Amino acid sequence: MSKRNPVYDFKWCPGCGDFGVKRAIEGALVERSAALSESIEQTAIVAGIGCSGNLVHLQEGPQPFGIHGIHGRTLPIAYGLKSSRPDMNVLIVSGDGDFLSIGAEHIGPQAKRNLDVTVVIMDNGVYGLTKGQASPTTELEVVTSTTPYGKLDDPMSPLETYLAAGVGWLASSMSTQVKALQQLIVDAMAHPGFSIVHVQSPCTTYNDTYAALKGNEKEGIEPMAFPVPEDHDPADLESAYRLARGGRIPIGMVYERPNSVPAHERLRLAQERTGSQEKSVEELFAAMAI
Amino acid sequence: MSKNLVVRFAGEGGQGVVGGSEILAAAAAAVGYHVLTFSTFPSQIKGGPAWGQARISTDEILSSGDDLDVLVALNRYAYDHNVEELSEQGVVVYNSEEFEVEEGGRAIGLPADQMARDSGNPRAANMVVIGAVAQLAGFPLKYLETFVTKRFTRGRPGDDKIIEGNIAALHMGADEAAKTGLSLEGLEDPVPSPDERILIKGFEAASLGAIAAGLDSFIGYPISPATTMLTYMEEFLHGEGKFVGQSSSEIESIAALVGGGFSGKKIMTSTAGPGLSLMGEGLGLAWMAEIPLVVVDVQRGGPATGLPTKTEQSDLITAMNPGHGDMSVPIIAPGSIEEAFWGAIEAVNWAERYQGPVIMLSEASIAERQQDIVKPDLAQVNVETRLVSDGSTGNERYVGDGVAPFPVPGGPGAYVANGSEHDEQGDTTHLPEVHVTQTHRRFKKLELLANGSYEAEQTGASIAILPWGGSKGSARGAYLELTAAGEDLAWYYTMFLNPLPTELLEELHGKELVLVPELNYLGQLSQVLRAQGVNAHSVTQYTGLPFKVRDLRDRLAEEIRARSGKLAAV
Repeated sequence: MSKRNPVYDFKWCPGCGDFGVKRAIEGALVERSAALSESIEQTAIVAGIGCSGNLVHLQEGPQPFGIHGIHGRTLPIAYGLKSSRPDMNVLIVSGDGDFLSIGAEHIGPQAKRNLDVTVVIMDNGVYGLTKGQASPTTELEVVTSTTPYGKLDDPMSPLETYLAAGVGWLASSMSTQVKALQQLIVDAMAHPGFSIVHVQSPCTTYNDTYAALKGNEKEGIEPMAFPVPEDHDPADLESAYRLARGGRIPIGMVYERPNSVPAHERLRLAQERTGSQEKSVEELFAAMAI
Repeated sequence: MSKNLVVRFAGEGGQGVVGGSEILAAAAAAVGYHVLTFSTFPSQIKGGPAWGQARISTDEILSSGDDLDVLVALNRYAYDHNVEELSEQGVVVYNSEEFEVEEGGRAIGLPADQMARDSGNPRAANMVVIGAVAQLAGFPLKYLETFVTKRFTRGRPGDDKIIEGNIAALHMGADEAAKTGLSLEGLEDPVPSPDERILIKGFEAASLGAIAAGLDSFIGYPISPATTMLTYMEEFLHGEGKFVGQSSSEIESIAALVGGGFSGKKIMTSTAGPGLSLMGEGLGLAWMAEIPLVVVDVQRGGPATGLPTKTEQSDLITAMNPGHGDMSVPIIAPGSIEEAFWGAIEAVNWAERYQGPVIMLSEASIAERQQDIVKPDLAQVNVETRLVSDGSTGNERYVGDGVAPFPVPGGPGAYVANGSEHDEQGDTTHLPEVHVTQTHRRFKKLELLANGSYEAEQTGASIAILPWGGSKGSARGAYLELTAAGEDLAWYYTMFLNPLPTELLEELHGKELVLVPELNYLGQLSQVLRAQGVNAHSVTQYTGLPFKVRDLRDRLAEEIRARSGKLAAV
């Protein structure tokens, strides 16, 4: 159940990272609406299947439109939505299972189109909703219900995957850093083109990585996460690849391609260049006259 | 004099056999004949057996013709595999540079490629052949000259030379044919039509119907034989707020349609069997979340890759129930080019009216067919647009016992369009009473579509024939022959297959037997009819080709005799 709807019968576990992401998105949408004097209904949240996707029902405060579709297909839904309605602000919420396993085939096409949408990924390194199976980002040798010998498949590096797919705007964040995350989401939505904010959002029930991410000096645990160095230039793709390939998780702005022209703008410019070819049905019939 | 001329151009893919039949048809249409083409070709860029057929007639045409008056055979294989269909008085025109027809006298060998080179236009081999065909059929060359002049006058410097070469090629073919002394029964003069007529292909008619219905977006993935609609839309669906895109898969197509339909726009895709299979889950989402969208499924031989370029009517059951769970997708299956136009309009209207997915079941033989039709009267087009929320229902999107006002993103009534079972505002819930209420709502909306039109003749007869889709024309031909021979047989037809028009279903319930000609093994429409209490029985064919009128007539007669026998025995 949610605060605004007692009939809704889903909830996150206590301590779930997704709570922080929810707060950051709520804040980002309010901030965007105020800055652009745009109604909150001008935003549609496209939600994937999994714990993360349920965020669309749990949003508090002013309500955007939402669509909670089928497993792995947030990006195709967003493609049809944004292409038909370039005036809409489209935000995708998804997780590592929905986005990087069943839905991975859709990242490349949208990145290449430079579809003007923002993706927020809640990566908990496990299938939480279905009770703890291995996901593409589950680390090697981790025992889950589907990896009784420990995980045998190499874990996916999401940031590297995104860069290779051609994603033009990429940030990495943590669900505990709500303020910073909110700012990244605001910036991502303002970027004209495809943007991804990849968030470490631990699952307290099946894959609690809080300690591993933050580290623990007393117990001698090196933090997995580290802030993006100040001398990193987000416009430098090679430098972005080095960050993504380091084996640890950089937190901050990873890559922003210069001079981004989004999909709907490419189409408009192409049509402007070639002139309008609009013809009425009557005219098209006339061309077929015997 | 004859009322009909049927010419088949058979050869390899890439040799212009389909183009040959279309040029002949276009030239005949230009002087007032009725024409209809049918083609069949392999799934490869060049090579493989292909043929195109043109039927030219002084009457309205129902089917592509049972017997060939002229077989144009460009190679030995084409001759061997098509000559059986030549009528007794028919003539073979063959490419003598490839092979020789040894037997029989009714054959003309033409070194068409050499003659084309001699004419000064090496690409005019088809024109040489068409000239010979015209000579055989007594089809005046002046008609063809007029047509060639019009077709190749494109405002380019080389136009004159091309026209001259093509006309020379026509005459060379005609002269060569005249030398043989062979001829066909002459074709009657065309009867000028008082109506404005157009020459149009099936996929063009379907595309134009959708555009006339106010289509905003089209997203598709290339697949035979449905790609023509995607490329037509890329070329012609333009204007403010319009979008056409090529997706990365049919899974992307259908999900994108859900996104576009959710956004408030009218959206469509075209696909064929394999694509439809991939769309199952997405269609379920559209059904569940109540998103208007239209999928045009151009049926081909299946399952799997099956017969990718051949015609079949074997997707009906899949189309009605494309995904898991309780759903019933509305189906419109046009049986002619006119119906492809009006059916596409109705498909868009249906999606808007009941707020959900609609499938238009076309098929290869309709999509690729070129035919002359009376120009559709656009004043008769009725465009429906979904009931839009004005905010007075708040965020209660899924409310009441039928269609509810649709909140358009950007406007009032923000809700969550949800593929999981949901309450009024679209939030997920598993409460039994909610699933019952919402399931009832979704099925009840179908009642809004049960008022489709249908054809009915000789309704007093106890045995009826009810074809569907592209088998309509052949079935009509067979029906007319059977009733002319004295059979007491009722005729029913509708393109609205799901839900069936309520009154039609009532009439069918009153029949002892309903015979359903259809191009599939299972007898899919008769299964659907039997499930609704109609004593239906299929007459099937699954060759990848349409019914011939004569075959269908004989098989229907056999069924009727067998049935009467049984009745007598009782």
